Parts: sequence; C-alpha cells; structure tokens
Amino acid sequence: MSTSARVRSARKADMTARVVTGVAAGSIVAVAVFVLGYIVYHGIGAIDWTFLTSIPKDQGRAGGIFPVIMGTVFVTAGTAALTLPIGVFAGIYLAEYAPRNFATRAIRLSITNMAGVPSIVYGLFGLAAFVLLAGFGRSIIAAALTLTCMTLPVVITATEEALRQIPADLRQASLALGATRLRTIRKVVLPAAAPGIITGSILGLARAAGETAPILFTGAVFQMRRIPDSPTSQFMALPYHVYAQVTSVPGWNRTLVWGTALVLVAGISIVSILAAAWRSAQRRRVTW
Amino acid sequence: MVIPLHVSGNGGIAAGMRNLNAGSGGADEGEPRFLREEDEGDDPVVGVSAVAEAEGGLGAFALADVSVSYGRDRVLEGVSMDIPAQKVTALIGPSGCGKSTLLRCLNRMNDEYGDVRVTGTIALDGQDVMAKGVDPVELRMRVGQVFQRPNPFPMTIFENVAYGPRTQGIRARDELSAVVEESLRGAALWDEVKNSLKKHAFELSGGQQQRLCIARALATKPEVILMDEPASALDPISTQQIEDTIAELKSTVTIVIVTHNMQQAARISDLTAFMLRESLDRPAHLIEVGDTKHMFTNPDDPRTESYITGRFG
Repeated sequence: MSTSARVRSARKADMTARVVTGVAAGSIVAVAVFVLGYIVYHGIGAIDWTFLTSIPKDQGRAGGIFPVIMGTVFVTAGTAALTLPIGVFAGIYLAEYAPRNFATRAIRLSITNMAGVPSIVYGLFGLAAFVLLAGFGRSIIAAALTLTCMTLPVVITATEEALRQIPADLRQASLALGATRLRTIRKVVLPAAAPGIITGSILGLARAAGETAPILFTGAVFQMRRIPDSPTSQFMALPYHVYAQVTSVPGWNRTLVWGTALVLVAGISIVSILAAAWRSAQRRRVTW
Repeated sequence: MVIPLHVSGNGGIAAGMRNLNAGSGGADEGEPRFLREEDEGDDPVVGVSAVAEAEGGLGAFALADVSVSYGRDRVLEGVSMDIPAQKVTALIGPSGCGKSTLLRCLNRMNDEYGDVRVTGTIALDGQDVMAKGVDPVELRMRVGQVFQRPNPFPMTIFENVAYGPRTQGIRARDELSAVVEESLRGAALWDEVKNSLKKHAFELSGGQQQRLCIARALATKPEVILMDEPASALDPISTQQIEDTIAELKSTVTIVIVTHNMQQAARISDLTAFMLRESLDRPAHLIEVGDTKHMFTNPDDPRTESYITGRFG
C-alpha cells in the first residue's frame, strides 16, 4: 500500500471512530430527553397546589400526595444524617490514613461487595436486622438504616475518589508548613475535594430516595392519613406509592401516578441544582 | 533549661539551638538557653544565643553518615556534610541520585512517605532532628519547603500566606496582616499583589504562584528553606525573579536548593554538593561537597567534573 493510501485509510478509520463514539454519546442525550420528557408530559397535568398539599383520597385515585412527599423527605433526611458522616469519615480514612495491609483490603472488599448487593436483599436484611432483631418495627428509622447500608458504598467511594484527586503536593505543602495531618485534611484537602464528595453523595442519596425494594418490608405503607410524627412511625413514600398504585389499585389514575413520579424526579433535580449552585457560589466567593 | 542533644564532630556547626519540644513555638532569642553535649566526656555548657550570633545566626545543619532506605532498597548512603547558616547550598546530580530524598530528610518529610528509614545523625543547630522527642510538626515550622511545581492552596493569596501562622495559633487579624505583608515582601511579590490579597491564588501566573509559595514558607519564620527544583517549571524571567529572591533571602535564612540546572547552581549557591548513584545495585553517595566556585572550576573528583561539564547526567 502506498503511503498516501495508508494515510487515507487511517483518516477514514479516524472518521469512523469519531462517528461511532459520537452516536453513542448522543444517544445518552436522547434517552435522557425521552425519559424526562415522557414523565413531564404525562405528569404535569397532575401538578397543582392541592395535589402537593392534600392527602390521598379513594386509595390514591384522587386527592394529593402530601404525606407521600413528606415520608420520602423524612426517610431521605434520615438516610443522609446516617450516611454522610459515616461515609465521609470512612472515605477519609481510606484515602488519608489507611495503611496498605490486610485490614484495609478487607474494608475495600466489603465496600465492593456491599455495592453489588441487590436492593431487595437490603430490604430483606433490613427486615431481619432493624425491624425484627433491633426491634425498631416497620418505621422511618428502620428504613433509613436499611437505605444507609445501601448508600454507604457510594458515598465512601465518592469521598475516597474525590480525595485521591487532590494532588499529593498540596498535602505535602501543608505538612511542610507544620500542619498536622488532621489540619491538612480539614483546611486543605476536604475543601478542595468538597465538590466531588457532594456530587457523589447526592447521587447516592438520590438513588436512596428513589428506591422501593429496601423500604418495602421496612416501613413504607400503602395508605396513611397523616404525615409521620416520629422516627418510629411508618410512612408513605414516592417510589412505593407509584409501585403500590400500579400493582394494587384497580383503575389507578394515570395522571396522578405520573405526577407522583414527576414530583420525585423534580425533587431530586432541585436538590442537585441547589448543590451545584452552592458549589459555584463557594468557588466565586473564593475567587472574588 | 538543659536539653540533651547530639552534637556532631563539627565544632563550628554545633551552635545554637531552639527547643523543638517546647509547645511555646521556639525560644526567645534574647534569653540565653543552655545546652549540654551528650557525648561521653566533659559537659561543656554553652550559651546558645551567644554562639548563634558568633556563627552568624541559626539554621545550620550538620549531617553525619546519613543513609536512607525505601523498604529494603537502600537509596542513599553515608552522606556527611555541613550546611552553613545563611548561605545557599545547592544539591546537584543526575536524576535519581537522592537529592530530593536527602532534602526531605532535613524537615522529616520522609516520615510522610510510608516505608522510609533514615539513619545517621542530622543536627539542626546542634540538635538531632531525628531524635524521638522531636516533633516533626515543630521542626517543619523551622525548616520550610518550596516544591518543584508551584502548589498554592486553593484559597486567597492572603489565606495562603496566613496558613502557616494560623497553624501556629496566630489569630489576631492585624498580626496576620503584618506577617503576610512581611512574607510577601520577602518573596518579592508584595508590590504585585498588595491590592489583590483577596484574589484566588490560582489567578496568579506560575512564577507569581511560586513566589507565593516562598512567601507562604517564609510566614512561619523558618531558619531554613528547602527548595526542590523551585524554578524547573518556570519560564526564564520567572526563574530570574526566583533566583533574585533567593539572593535576597539568604541574609536571613539558610537555603538548601536541589537543582538540575548547573548554571543556576553556579549563579546562586555558595556551597555545592554533588551526588551520584552510579548503579541501581548500589545506593547513591555524596561525591563531593565544597565551595561553589571551587566545585565549578577545579573539582577534586573527576566524576564531578564530567557531570558539570555535561559528559553525563
């Protein structure tokens, strides 16, 4: 083959690669737009003030989803309160302190395994461990503990990865100024890694807020006339409400169910957007 | 106060000291402290500040038979040399000859690298910095470091310089401001940034960032600053500015600089040490150390001459 033919053929292959990878990336946008568009298209009709602030009527075929929203808010808040400190501290330990030995390998292996466990198995585990053994009964606290087990690997891994991205010489600069390891982590490493940690944590918590299986046996109920008033209350939840309507209510109201799904997706998006805004505000404040 | 310490055989270097263990953050220079040789034999008691003044200030290192191992791999062996106070000492040699490793012994940064073992004696102003009672955190306030790549913290210019003093417990705003100004002046950066102290450090150019890192190191008022190829990532003009800054600084601090640049070593240093690892089977050694002019014009060792004339490395 002549040189110019080889160059032409290489250029052609390059072009093909560009098109193939571009189509793959573009298809993601198509899926996202389709899924979100579909939810909004079908659900937007349900959204009004009454829907958001009143209780379900006629087994959910009418009325609103206020207790459902509040149930998910409480369970997710409980999950966040348990997951974030444990997950971030564990991530810090792994990234900053853990020696290279058997114990550390055991920790990492446990995290990998925890991440691979299906959510329904967490549901069963939660039922056995928190509802029955620990005696919390079917409750917000039992469900939050179950979701915490499921979410921890995500937060730990996100924290560790975010910390590892911080250049080593930044840590060394701090240590070389006579700062302790703790001060180096608190003042230099954590602030620099915060965006990554927050992004990863929100992804994990969004996952938890949208899960049905782990809360199925641990505290979510089909119908409640009031919002939960204590950590030991049972609760309604957005994903479970959708599931229960579709599987158990004859003649379920399509618009209201899509509306419920839309509220879940919108709620998660709002939290993500707020977090992104906070991050860029932090950056601006420093840059100013 | 009497503190036992190791004094190496170099009488001239075994000079003043500060108590590294004292939580108070160092001695008051106006108040003589006393020290005692731990060597067998007589116990001369010496007024520290008097000796320090006679020697021209604090910040002298005396290294005796220093060896370093990473795990089982001995990378550096038998380094003995004096680093005089308030002079610039350059460490030169080809890549992998242990210059940076030796540098990191001086502020015990090797402690942070995991499985690193350092043996021998490293005395700063007469006190063994590797002694058990010495807190590396306190040592590093006295022995600052500037790294190869500019590595300002992701915060404002002011906060970068104030980081060390804050670590030392200084909280008063006016005191911090004074230290920040003094340090930025010391690093020849003040005039360029005095109106933008609240700007993020990343907005500075590479050369300015490196001078900011020098200012940051100066802010803990160290006796010694270690520089690990501080200009290798910079353009010629920035390099020139760093070199000018070093020339200014040596009236107040001791500088130990690792450099790959022969001309730079020749230009800025008073003393030059040439190190070499001749084969990976064997640890690196200090080949020769001496007056820079002598090293560059008439070195004692033929290997030094081949290196500085560019025959290898």
